[in-house]
Amino acid sequence: MFENLSHLALQHYWWVLVSILAALFVFLTFVQGGQTLLYSVGKTEGEKTIILNTLGRKWEFTFTTLVTFGGAFFASFPLFYSTSFGGAYWVWLAILAAFVIQAVAYEYRKKPANFLGAKTFEIFLVLNGLLGTILIGTAVGTFFNGAMFSLNDMNQVDWQTPYRGLEAVLTFHNVALGLAVFFLARVLGALYFIFTVEHETIVARSKKQLLYNTIPFLVFFLYFLIWLLLKEGFAVNPESGEVFMEKYKYLHNVLQMPLNSVILLVGIAGVLWGIISTLFMNSGKGFWFAGTGTVFTVFALFLLAGFNNTAFYPSVYDLQSSLTIQNASSSKFTLTAMSYVSLMIPFVLAYIVYFWRVMNRKKITEEEMQEESHVY
Amino acid sequence: MIEIADVSLVDWSRAQFALTAMYHWIFVPLTLGITIIIAFMETLYVKTGKEEWKKITKFWMTLFGINFAIGVATGIILEFEFGTNWSNYSWFVGDIFGAPLAIEGILAFFMESTFIAIMFFGWNKVSKKTHLLATWLTAIGANLSALWILVANGWMQKPVGMTFNPETARNEMNNFWEVLFSQTAVDKWLHATSSGFVLAAVFVIGISAWYLLKKREVLLAKKSILVAAVFGLISSVYLIMTGDNSTRTIANDQPMKFAALEGLYNGSEGAGLVAVGLFSTSETDPNNENLKDFSMKLEIPNFLSYMAFLDWNAFVPGIHDLIDGNEKYGYMPASEKIERGRVAIQKLGEFKEAKKAGNTQLANTLKTELTSESFQNNYFKYFGYGYFENPQDLVPNVPLTFYSFHTMVGLGFFFVLLFVLSIIYIVKGTFDKKRWFMRLAVISIPLAYVASQSGWIVAELGRQPWVVQDLMPTMAAVTRISAGSVQTTFWLFAVLFTVLLIAELKIMFRQIKIGPKH
Repeated sequence: MFENLSHLALQHYWWVLVSILAALFVFLTFVQGGQTLLYSVGKTEGEKTIILNTLGRKWEFTFTTLVTFGGAFFASFPLFYSTSFGGAYWVWLAILAAFVIQAVAYEYRKKPANFLGAKTFEIFLVLNGLLGTILIGTAVGTFFNGAMFSLNDMNQVDWQTPYRGLEAVLTFHNVALGLAVFFLARVLGALYFIFTVEHETIVARSKKQLLYNTIPFLVFFLYFLIWLLLKEGFAVNPESGEVFMEKYKYLHNVLQMPLNSVILLVGIAGVLWGIISTLFMNSGKGFWFAGTGTVFTVFALFLLAGFNNTAFYPSVYDLQSSLTIQNASSSKFTLTAMSYVSLMIPFVLAYIVYFWRVMNRKKITEEEMQEESHVY
Repeated sequence: MIEIADVSLVDWSRAQFALTAMYHWIFVPLTLGITIIIAFMETLYVKTGKEEWKKITKFWMTLFGINFAIGVATGIILEFEFGTNWSNYSWFVGDIFGAPLAIEGILAFFMESTFIAIMFFGWNKVSKKTHLLATWLTAIGANLSALWILVANGWMQKPVGMTFNPETARNEMNNFWEVLFSQTAVDKWLHATSSGFVLAAVFVIGISAWYLLKKREVLLAKKSILVAAVFGLISSVYLIMTGDNSTRTIANDQPMKFAALEGLYNGSEGAGLVAVGLFSTSETDPNNENLKDFSMKLEIPNFLSYMAFLDWNAFVPGIHDLIDGNEKYGYMPASEKIERGRVAIQKLGEFKEAKKAGNTQLANTLKTELTSESFQNNYFKYFGYGYFENPQDLVPNVPLTFYSFHTMVGLGFFFVLLFVLSIIYIVKGTFDKKRWFMRLAVISIPLAYVASQSGWIVAELGRQPWVVQDLMPTMAAVTRISAGSVQTTFWLFAVLFTVLLIAELKIMFRQIKIGPKH
């Protein structure tokens, strides 16, 4: 079945899959956002315990999605993997370090003889939430603003600044996306607490945080979006593969891919409805609206970056080194083989959703924390 | 063309990868094995309904949780380091190597992370049977993730199922099943996972023995020992069998590694196996510090020939045969391979030049030549050799490979004995009366880790200077970055991992001291 698709169709298919993984990852950063709310929502030890156990049962999903995102990108667009990871060395290693400290923090925080003290592990979680979201958001910003690299005829990357990717923070548009992701993660984190925790004070504080974080999220996100639609973009000539600058490229993408634009609008509306219904209508389901909205929005943004003859990882140093879904992809054979593997994804999603529901059937309470044998 | 990076960059990049891999491998083998032991214990709980089995299950689960967290932490770095530190490699083989990593995420990691949450937090949320299923699926997920990463590693040791595409300057997959079911990959998976089972069994027996020495948790300890020893014995026999298979695969596909792990310099028919050996400190060859003579050795005649080729009189090539060549037995001198590799590299360069200059006709002619079967078999096969100046650089560190191999094998046999005695003593009811044996069981825990790490030293150091056997030398695989940057991240990770390891050990020791919750 996949054998009959053209190489180009498979490249598009895999860009869709990578975009879905990215979208799910951003949704799952509610864990990271929630971690940064630790001290503003949890004041007593008991409250902190509830918060960290609420998040602690989900952190591995976010982590696994990130790892799978990396693996899927490697398999489908290896030139991106080698160029970006090898090139923007410092950015990626900083992101990874932020995730290393998260992985141990939940398990070790409350354990006796933990050597560093509970406070240190809490700081690890806050740092993970802060750096993980801002840095990843900023790094993805370079999909639209370009990075400083060149490729030689053997496709080896040469990075043109000694900061190895950290220079992305000098472009405010990148940082705006990083901050938008950060505040969105906090919004989602607050919504998740409201959705899963049965504890008046935690819910009340989460609502307050929801409001406080929605405002900066909207400011940064709208700035990012509007500027994106107004800026020049990195277009590809589908015949020659030549990359050139096109005015209003992303606006053109929005207009030329109407279905994607509908997904984007539905996504944004979903996020807003999730927030509004929670703040003003006392709905407890806002998390799902905002979560689904996040998935739609991020997915649509990724398609804007890679579809419609656009270079998804442009180089501002050497335009012709820019990566497109065509020049960065795996061979037709590999994409075909991997496409068969991708048929397992719905099955994997189904069991995740099923068991997620089973585990979340009852809200988390103070009593459960006392009865539970494995508490973070 | 691919440029060779400076030595210190290559060394620091290798050091960083070795650091991450070795730290990661402290935690992975225990996860592979103990999840299965826990699943057995929980099965006994569900079958018998006895609360004591639930308590035992939960106790080992606590220790597993502590170990698992840090395993995950070190694992994420490892996956991304292929890109950050070995980006030239990532492109050259990404078309093949990326696939197993992606499958690992999709099929194994999600399984592990979904069911581990149920395993730890689902006791009161799902039925007994669903919980048991979750525990088993966690164990299966862990072992499946090992499968995919070892398929990737196996491919680097023996690249199969691909062709070189001059257009993209990389290897491209043409047979997925060949990659997945390559003998090297299968051997690697079976050997590495069963080594994890053995390590976990030693871990459980050792800690239980400590309780018995302290006259505590007697019931938990005895029951745990029985489960672990039986599991350990079966696994260790299997471990030896898979190890034996691996040796033959290595002898065929990586003769230099084979010669190094046996310290064999001069090949011979009916070669003997050096069971125990000690290298002298002086170098035998001024050009190569890795070549040293044995100052003492204990040899079993003809055994090496049998081990390698199942023939007591077969010829086993030594390092000198592989470097200088041996016409009688058909081994090409390394200098000839280097020459042929250079031809392949040069041809590829000419093709690239022709493409750049827009000379389509010449480019097409060169492409046809490059992809022809005779060029592939006579020249391209030696592509990687073209990067070397000195044939001596093709020799790995012999003493280190030899000692690691012998440590691993020796300890492997020792564990069989440990399990057999454990079963005998526990069945006879004398385990807790033999203080020497209980002490030995406790000391065996670090030995299991030593054996496990030694195995990877053999696998990875023994295949140097290759990152992909015969195709890509390690020095050509590295990311072009300043050695200083890698040095900085090396130390940052060294400090971070060490601090986390100390935390892990302190927490682990304390939890063992606390014991199961009553």
